[in-house]
Amino acid sequence: MDNFLQQLINGVTLGSIYGLIAIGYTMVYGIIGMVNFAHGDLFMLSAFIALIVFMILTQILHLGSLPIAFVIVLVAGMALTGLWNWAIERLAYRPLRGSFRLAPLISAIGMSIFLSNFVQVVQGPRNKPAPQLPNHVFNLTGGAYDVTLSIRQVLIVVLTAVLLGAFWYLVQYTSLGRAQRACEQDRKMAALLGIDVDMTISITFIIGAALAAVAGVMFVIYYGVVNFADGFVPGVKAFTAAVLGGIGSLPGAVLGGLLIGLIEVFWSSYFTTDYKDVAAFMILAITLIFMPSGILGRPEVEKV
Amino acid sequence: MTAAPQSTPVAKSGEATASPFVPALRNAVAAALVAFGLSFPIISYHAESNINNELVLIGRWPLSFGIAAIVFLFVLFRQVSPPDWRVWFDRVGAVAAGGMGGALAESAAEGEGVAPPSPARARFSQWFGPFALGVVILFPFIMLGLLGPSGSLKWINNYGVQIMIYVMLGWGLNIVVGLAGLLDLGYVAFYAVGAYSYALLSTTFGLSFWICLPLAGVLAAMWGVILGFPVLRLRGDYLAIVTLAFGEIIRLVLVNWVDFTNGGAGISGIPHVTFFGIPFNDDDNGFAAIFHLPYTPIYRTMFLFYLILALALLTNFVTLRLRRLPIGRAWEALREDEIACRSLGINTTNTKLTAFALGAMFGGFAGSFFSVRQGFVSPESFTFMESATILAIVVLGGMGSQLGVAIAAAVMIGAPELMRELDWMKQIFGADFDPTQYRMLLFGAAMVVMMIWKPRGLVSTRSPSIFLKESKAVSGDLVKEGHG
Repeated sequence: MDNFLQQLINGVTLGSIYGLIAIGYTMVYGIIGMVNFAHGDLFMLSAFIALIVFMILTQILHLGSLPIAFVIVLVAGMALTGLWNWAIERLAYRPLRGSFRLAPLISAIGMSIFLSNFVQVVQGPRNKPAPQLPNHVFNLTGGAYDVTLSIRQVLIVVLTAVLLGAFWYLVQYTSLGRAQRACEQDRKMAALLGIDVDMTISITFIIGAALAAVAGVMFVIYYGVVNFADGFVPGVKAFTAAVLGGIGSLPGAVLGGLLIGLIEVFWSSYFTTDYKDVAAFMILAITLIFMPSGILGRPEVEKV
Repeated sequence: MTAAPQSTPVAKSGEATASPFVPALRNAVAAALVAFGLSFPIISYHAESNINNELVLIGRWPLSFGIAAIVFLFVLFRQVSPPDWRVWFDRVGAVAAGGMGGALAESAAEGEGVAPPSPARARFSQWFGPFALGVVILFPFIMLGLLGPSGSLKWINNYGVQIMIYVMLGWGLNIVVGLAGLLDLGYVAFYAVGAYSYALLSTTFGLSFWICLPLAGVLAAMWGVILGFPVLRLRGDYLAIVTLAFGEIIRLVLVNWVDFTNGGAGISGIPHVTFFGIPFNDDDNGFAAIFHLPYTPIYRTMFLFYLILALALLTNFVTLRLRRLPIGRAWEALREDEIACRSLGINTTNTKLTAFALGAMFGGFAGSFFSVRQGFVSPESFTFMESATILAIVVLGGMGSQLGVAIAAAVMIGAPELMRELDWMKQIFGADFDPTQYRMLLFGAAMVVMMIWKPRGLVSTRSPSIFLKESKAVSGDLVKEGHG
């Protein structure tokens, strides 16, 4: 039971990170029907940006207060990663909009290769250890097996929940959100009704990148190390999560992220760590066989 | 490396002579600011571990300012130059900025509007295939004549054999993606099955390559059916992610099932290829001795080259013949319109499965060739990047076009190999400069640029499989891509 509780805590933490990345996939897919393969590498890039901004604050500007530094890192990371994704969309995807489906996919795969190698070239191939941060660990039970909850985990889960709430409000109740949903349904009609489609798509990419940047900051805090190749695996997992939840569905992305995180953690705990990714992928395949459009996805209606 | 903002209507019409410099300057400043923002933390500072394994920052501000300045000047000059020059600015920009020229959209428009091919062009494309085949067949001898046995070894092996493997993989995947319209992101799984089939059968049971080759194809085709069967209900991107997942599962099993596959360490000591039983070594009963030739390793490489050439041509031949058979027509019909297919009584399950199985079989052949060539296999060779590269070759070649796939493979595999030859650049940029580290960077950027330049692939016309009176090439735009 204690072990179960512990794994639940770990799984939800990991799942939050996946969920945040998955939203970027699912939003972009919803609005332009494209799998943005570079999103995982963007997440890795954001982790690097966060790490460097944090070091500028502490080493060069000698900022003493950690909470203030954390907020600045978060905001700067979100802004700069958003700028990156804006530029990527502008250069690599917008010229291919309206072209056939596989062209932007290949362009995104190329972008993914470009980003990871770009970071390797400018920051070097070795692991970057993050500076040691103070961490407080709460002990939830006093028994033989300690169930621990670290302040980092609390921070990650609470921040994810707050951001998701804010994001949900944005999509559901603001004019930007309405414009986004309109573009999702029919881009041409939305344009005729006076919605700036290009702008809406750009903003979608920026929001997706900002959420990935939050995930990147959390990744650095949680694991304490980042490498240029760290984008691919979380990227594929998050994409898996988005598809599992039903691609195009925002609650589905979060649900899928949590599920993938929990599956991975529980499998590692009760069976073997070797096959945790295999387990996640198998569950994806099995779910899709029985629910071909994911858990919360709407089945595709084809008109003849 | 930033967005070149679209020129304003004033500058574009060219009639307003008032002051094109003001908006141009504004755009250039905006572009420079974006470039600076992009490069701010990640290029301006280099985080490096010191001896205590703590990160320290090393400032590189000049580099950041330099990039912004280059972008500023580039955008400024592009905007104030006459319209005719802009196309060239965009092309240069695409190359200079590591290929991230988004402004290429304009020149992409040229490629998209496919005019009916002129007679001269039709004649060219008619003769280009046989001519290229002739060159490829003579390639080892040309290299041998030019560079001698030791100098040509690298060229035949690293370029010839390597490119031909990808030509074959591209043609194999083309059956699944280009003809049947099923997006497969895990093709490398079948390549891995083929490679491990030969590696395990030959090292465990001592079977020869010529027995293992068909077995590897059969095993890979079987896996194609096993993996294909459950996912046939899925469409589009759901199919793509499940095939990706299967590709990763196979790789992870190869890594983790140490008893069977020796895990990440891989299998070494795989028997090398023989000339139908005669080994390519310097023994008395070796190839060189029997044919009274001086011993060099070049014979084995040349044999490998012709072997993979024959396998690739077999793939091509089978694909071309199948396209004329009912099954091939069913594939293409499925790609064009699945619902129409079903209403006309085509069994979509069997049609999709045969496409999966045949594509997988050729992947398996290529895999067993890979392991006989290397003599060593490990899961490292079968990552998602391989699948992505093969898919990029198929899409870039123009889906469904055999010649296009071959050209794309030569470009995508040959060009990064050529990047290894750039040691002379050290003399310009100093000894610390390592051109090979930019290899994959440019590979990724080139993928983006080539897609923007030619979204429908290098060969933009297709010859129809079936026609009424005479075969006319049609534009690639008319060919659908399928939804899985």
